[in-house]
Amino acid sequence: MRHARIFFIGGLLSFRALFSFLRPEIYVPGMLVAPIFQILLFVYIGRSASLESDEFYVIGNAIQYAAVPCLFAMTFTIAGERYQRTLGYILITPAPRLPLFLGRTLPVIVNGFFVAAFSLVVGSAIVGVDIPRSAYAPLALVTAVSIFSCTGLGLVSAGIGLLIREQAVLTNVLFGLLLVFTGANAPLDSLPAWVQAFSEGLPFTHGIEAARRVADGAALDSVAGLVGAEALIGTLYAIAGYAFIRTTETLSRRYATLERA
Amino acid sequence: MHALRIFWISWKFHLKSLSLSGFFLLISVLQPLIFATIAFYMHRAGAREGSLLYVALGAGLMGMWSSTLFGSGGAIQWQRWQGTLEILVAAPPRFILTVLPLTLATASIGLYSVVATLFWGGVLFDVPLELEHPGLFALALPATVLGLGLLGLVMASTFVLYRHANAFSNLLEYPIWLVTGLLIPVSLLPGFVEPLSWVLAPTWGVRAIRESALGGEPLAAIGMCLALSAAYALIASVTMANFERLARSRATLSLT
Repeated sequence: MRHARIFFIGGLLSFRALFSFLRPEIYVPGMLVAPIFQILLFVYIGRSASLESDEFYVIGNAIQYAAVPCLFAMTFTIAGERYQRTLGYILITPAPRLPLFLGRTLPVIVNGFFVAAFSLVVGSAIVGVDIPRSAYAPLALVTAVSIFSCTGLGLVSAGIGLLIREQAVLTNVLFGLLLVFTGANAPLDSLPAWVQAFSEGLPFTHGIEAARRVADGAALDSVAGLVGAEALIGTLYAIAGYAFIRTTETLSRRYATLERA
Repeated sequence: MHALRIFWISWKFHLKSLSLSGFFLLISVLQPLIFATIAFYMHRAGAREGSLLYVALGAGLMGMWSSTLFGSGGAIQWQRWQGTLEILVAAPPRFILTVLPLTLATASIGLYSVVATLFWGGVLFDVPLELEHPGLFALALPATVLGLGLLGLVMASTFVLYRHANAFSNLLEYPIWLVTGLLIPVSLLPGFVEPLSWVLAPTWGVRAIRESALGGEPLAAIGMCLALSAAYALIASVTMANFERLARSRATLSLT
């Protein structure tokens, strides 16, 4: 019960406290309007290059843009505490660490899902992409798994954020890598073999592929392998991120570097 | 002479300062490379390959726009946060003369983007750098920097009225890339977009640079860059004076 309380209530309280600045005048331009323009940019580049259908870019970018809330918010859940001088208080509480840190991922996942879903719906409406109603539920599931996966990477980024000063730069770099290497815009088979191999280990790669197939009418069973791979990648990143945060926490106690970066 | 000295020293100072910022190096070097890479692969894989040099130059200008947008859009706000705004306003030179070098410096570090994308394209994608009009190319680059820097001055003096200028800057990055035809021809976009693109310096900057590199008549586009620069300077002198007057009369200069 205590663990559940820390996970759900603690996670929500932390999100509200750290992201109180996300008022509509900030949220709407950054989270709802910007992804639509990212979709439009790549739709038009795709048309100009006569490469793929509009649907390809709408789905790829709607899911990929969720990296902004996932990566930035996860990184900020740790960096923000440090900025507000509350990280030390959190780390000296007797609260169990697993629900404490993982509880912070839940609001991030919910927000990321909302951003992706909004981008998908509005982006599709603007460029005239028609996704069959039967695909809505599987598409929602695939999107949710992809967001979970990216939040796992966000947890790793949060851990790294305990060691370096330029966290915004780090998350921007990760966002760029996901934009290039996940097949969101350039089809994976057009990329060099080493890039394709690298992309297999990234969040979104399998999720975006599964989402495109589902939108084209494939049954959920037929993409179960892709969805499973996406979930596995997310879980591995989450474990690595959690372990990394615990390690850096220990190191920061030993070397008194918690507030240094 | 005095004004020129202030300009030169401030421009050098801000250029060095911005070059040490990880964030500005990211948006002026790494980010354009990311977009250039995607665009290279998309054009290579597509049925209509197009010129990769066209893409490389456009991606370079994307970086120039980003550094101008974030650097100039937040210029006054940053001075506020650093506590230097009052000092600059109280200094004997006109306030616009102290902000102009900063906005031009933000556009100038966009030249890193152009160099980076051309180098990247040459090394990884065998994009040949054979300029049709090297002299005009050398003229088009500073004309573009001037156009963007003065557009930055307009943004610096107007964004400050919007409390969440950073969010506004984020919002304007993709749309301007899109409507000014940095990676795609403006003619592909809906008809209402074209008149919008005419009043934006990046439209003419990228035309000037591309036509001098790939062939064409870049002089008209260079002329438009200079004409727009003059118009932006006029607008900025009014808006900057207005900002200064209001901030003094309402005692809001240091309010964040």
